[in-house]
Amino acid sequence: MTPRQKKTRFIILLIVGIAIAIGLVLYALKQNIDLYYTPTQIAAGIVPVEKHCRIGGLVLKGSVHHAADANTSFVLIDIDNAHKTTVFYKGILPDLFREGQGIVAEGYLDQRKHFIADEVFAKHDEKYTPPIMENEK
Amino acid sequence: MTFNLILPEIGHFLLIMALFIAFWMGIAPFVSKVREKHPIVLPATLFILILIAFAILTFCFLSDNFSVKYVAENSSINLPWWYKICAVWGAHEGSILLWILVLSGWTLAVTVFNRWYQLPENMLIRTLSVLGWIAVGFLLFLLLTSNPFARLLPNIPSNGQDLNPLLQDIGFLFHPPILYMGYVGLSVPFALAIASLWLGEWNTKWAGWARVWTLSAWCFLTIGITLGSWWAYRELGWGGFWFWDPVENASFMPWLSATALLHSLFVTEKRQTFKAWTTFLAIISFVLSLLGTFLVRSGILTSVHAFASDPSRGLFMLIFLFIVVLIAMILFSWRIHRLQKTIHYAFLSRETFLMFNNILLFTIMLTILLGTLYPLIMQVCHWGKLSVGAPYFNTVFSLLMLPVLFLMALGPLTPWQSFKTFNADQSQDFSHTIQLVFCLSLILGLLLPWLFLGNIHPAAAIGIFLSLWIIIATGIMHWKKRHWGVFFSHLGMGVALAGIVVSSSYSLERTLIMSEKDVATLGPYLITFQSLKTLQGPNYSGLISTFTIQKTETQKLISTIHPEKRYYPIQKTVMTEAAIDPGIFRDIYIALGDQVQNNDHDWVIRMYYKPLVRWIWAGGFLILLGGLCAIKKRFEKLARARSNMLK
Repeated sequence: MTPRQKKTRFIILLIVGIAIAIGLVLYALKQNIDLYYTPTQIAAGIVPVEKHCRIGGLVLKGSVHHAADANTSFVLIDIDNAHKTTVFYKGILPDLFREGQGIVAEGYLDQRKHFIADEVFAKHDEKYTPPIMENEK
Repeated sequence: MTFNLILPEIGHFLLIMALFIAFWMGIAPFVSKVREKHPIVLPATLFILILIAFAILTFCFLSDNFSVKYVAENSSINLPWWYKICAVWGAHEGSILLWILVLSGWTLAVTVFNRWYQLPENMLIRTLSVLGWIAVGFLLFLLLTSNPFARLLPNIPSNGQDLNPLLQDIGFLFHPPILYMGYVGLSVPFALAIASLWLGEWNTKWAGWARVWTLSAWCFLTIGITLGSWWAYRELGWGGFWFWDPVENASFMPWLSATALLHSLFVTEKRQTFKAWTTFLAIISFVLSLLGTFLVRSGILTSVHAFASDPSRGLFMLIFLFIVVLIAMILFSWRIHRLQKTIHYAFLSRETFLMFNNILLFTIMLTILLGTLYPLIMQVCHWGKLSVGAPYFNTVFSLLMLPVLFLMALGPLTPWQSFKTFNADQSQDFSHTIQLVFCLSLILGLLLPWLFLGNIHPAAAIGIFLSLWIIIATGIMHWKKRHWGVFFSHLGMGVALAGIVVSSSYSLERTLIMSEKDVATLGPYLITFQSLKTLQGPNYSGLISTFTIQKTETQKLISTIHPEKRYYPIQKTVMTEAAIDPGIFRDIYIALGDQVQNNDHDWVIRMYYKPLVRWIWAGGFLILLGGLCAIKKRFEKLARARSNMLK
């Protein structure tokens, strides 16, 4: 094989490889992108039901409830306190989870407009201000 | 008292001095006066200055010097002394100082170890110059945006705000410095690559020397990631070992790139080919380290790890990153024609296998990069807020890893250049071995899970097969040949793979409500919630529970473990300290969750049964061992070459 043919073969291989990788990535991205919503958007009805997504908000004080079957529920509110969403979660809440703090839940919205979370994140920086809230509009 | 007041100012002054030294090192190739000095003078001075500054900051922590803002924000009187030491790198300012300390350490090492390699004077001085400019950038960053010696005067607080409780763990003592050694160590191959582009003289000796440094940095990176994963498993209480958190990705991308670089340097050294690509990878690896530092330290990510947020810092890092990439790429495209040289090799040859290694690892790195940056780009451009979930990374990563894992067992067995270099016996031996290994791993791959795990899980079966395929092939071929580097590192990949596959497919998880004396079953075990007591630690109070683990069949007591719930009053934070009964073949992991309201004795308990989870980290340590063997071999070779030269 001449070096030229070899080079062509190498380039073809490379292009095929890249095409497969891009296809795979686009497919995987399409399946696994979680859009981010707020309780206001849920109330407005723009959040699709039974589709995986994330919601963020403040945990309403006094709303955390542990049921006997280890199911935990709490209410999320927006900063303006106008709209509420009840979140159900089976598992242990993260250590940084506190009432009145900002959290993010990952899961889906069921038919009754309750959010069924499979993961709850409570995150903040070293200065103890919840950074999640400032980006919401 | 006055001593404590003046000390931080001395530290600050030393950092300013260090900036000047680094600047001198940077301009050395242009100024003959500097050039004529012995090359060790500047790196040694730089290292000593920064080391003293670092020691002063550590002393401020140990002596509770709350007049220093950074100490007041990250320590407290009752913090145990070992956490005071690691609190030095507990937040932004200190970790950047650590970054610079490590950089100056590597710079000094390059100069000291040069007697082994004898880089030409003009090459060494350019390498040091590149490292000097990086130090200038970071020292400026430290002094302008994040001075660790900033003061709180005259109102000195009486107590500090304590170290983030999440970081008060033994894992935190080692994980960040080791990871930084790896991150920053990649600056050395980068500097060597830039220096050789700058000189425009490219000899393959460069590759041999760069390989030692890449290996050293890669070893630290490997062990840093392994320790990080172990820490996350212990401390974050989710029972997982890898979360595809952006910050984990930030350390994983340079690792992938450095792994590709190691293999491509190997080809460059042995076969004088892949030169341009190797140089490119050396640049990219360090750029990824910088990108990692930017992602973690700019606070741009909402992540468990991102403990800093300040826009000016992010902007500075971004500009620095941009300048580095710009200069490197201009140099690269200017000199690339000197690096291209066609060397012939057949399709079935070790060169091809190593090329696939590089293409695949690089592609994997790009897909992770895309997944990590995608939400950031979308948010910056106001196209919406979204996140890329772990399933994306799991799907793409495991599919792209399949060919890597399959080929990595074969690659080291193939000959350089072409199979024509093998004689008939060798060829036959090669094909027989492969057939044997293939059949053996196929049979065992189906038999072992069926015997020990009860059922065969299709995805896991592929993983177990590949793991055996790597372990057996590597074991047979390299044990005899004593190629310990490839033996241990590839074996480690096989072991880690087995751990990942089995623990993710065969784990059991239960979340339930328990009160004292309640019994629950978890796989083959009986778990009993024995008791709950109060606990008083040095800087926290809390509850400690006692759980016993028994075999269901024999009722034999296996272990007693104590999950805790801690409350840190200064930061008003509750921490769940999970307890683990570790074993070679399985871990039992119990976390004490929240208390059920209006009820004094009911608790949410989460328990996991994780088979082979330890193998993941054992694999990491084996990979490290492989790296160390490879470094040792290189030094033996160098020693031999030196003694030959002296004769």
